[in-house]
Amino acid sequence: MLNGKDILETITMIQDENLDVRTITMGISLLDCCDSDVDSMCRKVYDKITRCAKNLVRTGEEIEKELGIPIVNKRISITPAAMVLAACEKRDAVKLARTLERAALACGVNFLGGFSALVHKGFSAGDRELIESIPEALAVTDHICASVNVGSTKAGINMDAVALMGRIVRQSAELTADRGCIGPAKLVVLCNAPEDNPFMAGAFHGVGEPDCVINVGVSGPGVVRAALAKAGPEPDLGYIAELIKKTAFKITRTGQLVAQEASKRLGVPFGIVDLSLAPTPAIGDSVAHILEEIGLSQCGGHGTTAALAMLNDAVKKGGVMASSHVGGLSGAFIPVTEDAGMIAAARSGCLRIEKLEAMTSVCSVGLDMINIPGDTPAEVISAIIADEAAIGMVNSKTTAVRVIPAIGKQVGDELNFGGLLGEGPVMPLNTASPAVFIQRGGRIPAPMQSLKN
Amino acid sequence: MRAVITVVGKDAVGILAKVSGCCSDHHINVIEVTQSILQEMFAMIMMVDIANSDIPFTRLVDEMTELGKQNHLVIHCMHEEIFSAMHTI
Repeated sequence: MLNGKDILETITMIQDENLDVRTITMGISLLDCCDSDVDSMCRKVYDKITRCAKNLVRTGEEIEKELGIPIVNKRISITPAAMVLAACEKRDAVKLARTLERAALACGVNFLGGFSALVHKGFSAGDRELIESIPEALAVTDHICASVNVGSTKAGINMDAVALMGRIVRQSAELTADRGCIGPAKLVVLCNAPEDNPFMAGAFHGVGEPDCVINVGVSGPGVVRAALAKAGPEPDLGYIAELIKKTAFKITRTGQLVAQEASKRLGVPFGIVDLSLAPTPAIGDSVAHILEEIGLSQCGGHGTTAALAMLNDAVKKGGVMASSHVGGLSGAFIPVTEDAGMIAAARSGCLRIEKLEAMTSVCSVGLDMINIPGDTPAEVISAIIADEAAIGMVNSKTTAVRVIPAIGKQVGDELNFGGLLGEGPVMPLNTASPAVFIQRGGRIPAPMQSLKN
Repeated sequence: MRAVITVVGKDAVGILAKVSGCCSDHHINVIEVTQSILQEMFAMIMMVDIANSDIPFTRLVDEMTELGKQNHLVIHCMHEEIFSAMHTI
């Protein structure tokens, strides 16, 4: 039986603490759209996406209104585009990107992810063409997100792909320099990419997935922070972890409810709920501020990694019982420009890239939404990707790099992307050259951890 | 099917009558009401049965929000499911 206290708690969470469901993402398989003729393929792709997702946004808005919980984003993820492109005789990836953009606009979604290639062990047909086209594809579209998986615990790290991606990230920034270098903000390089991730920019619809599926990503850093603020500085960390678990449970239950409801109304199977604390630049919706509430004077100082490890673990433990199927990235996100506390810490110099790298070993994803100096050489970007991929590979977890070379800008300058992508300062990098290491190419062998059978 | 209506604002004559009147206009049965007044602040939680409602639920949400605005109150009208999901196992 409901009581007044519970009802008011829920309303406070939504009204004052930014509780929302971050995204309903419809995964759509495009494997049945392959065609040797690129125009036929594009037509099939457009038809299938607009057919499957025609009611996605409207249904999301209805659920939002009836349950009274904001659903911030409605999105689409597709089969890695390189696979769809592979069958074409003339592999025009930019034409496919433009088609996807039209489909995204027709459906009214705010992002479509899956302009992707999975090359962790090597390149197959379509992969190189797709990757080479990413800078242009991201420059001529607004709603398309690209991702490339360059490593996995099972396969090791494809260092040829890592070297290539350093150049692609730079080119993406150069081609969109007149628009605040927005290109690489929509491009992520992954290791151990999950196939059911509802969050951008790394969302794609894996080959083991059903034809069409609904995945939901929850959020709620503000709710966790408010719960910790009420607890005050006295309780020990066991109590704090327990409090985070209980709060994560409540947050995730709303995500599960929305996922079930969306699945029922759209007649599409429910896939997973992604248990993530996804921040936004809005005040009071910051993961960094949770860490500061736990007891750090500012995010980025010593103790940050330990506090984040505890937070990440407690979020998963609380969330896992609240949902029937958990997947995606599931953990705390630390995108610098999308998190008010991280932005402040980066501006003050307290949060540096080396600490962020350490943080990525204990939470979900990786070096995310970090502005780097515009003159950073491609091989340094590649080396950043290699380091992150190594952390993911060895620890059997997803890691990723989404850095934005701020063309024409230096450390201390700012980039502003607007909206959920936020803003932030250009952060300093260690510029010692890794050129020879990157130029070697080849494949870093899979670690011992891969031999589990 | 049930919904929860919450009303928060400065106490005034007839708040309960206005909200329950709107319910009655749409054949919505009020099942339970709890209300408290703390230092002139009025807080009410109303459980209602919307099974026989003559309007879609989303319209009821709009009407309640509007009623709140007209009377300088904050009125939320939400499906019971969200509260049950969050607070019961």
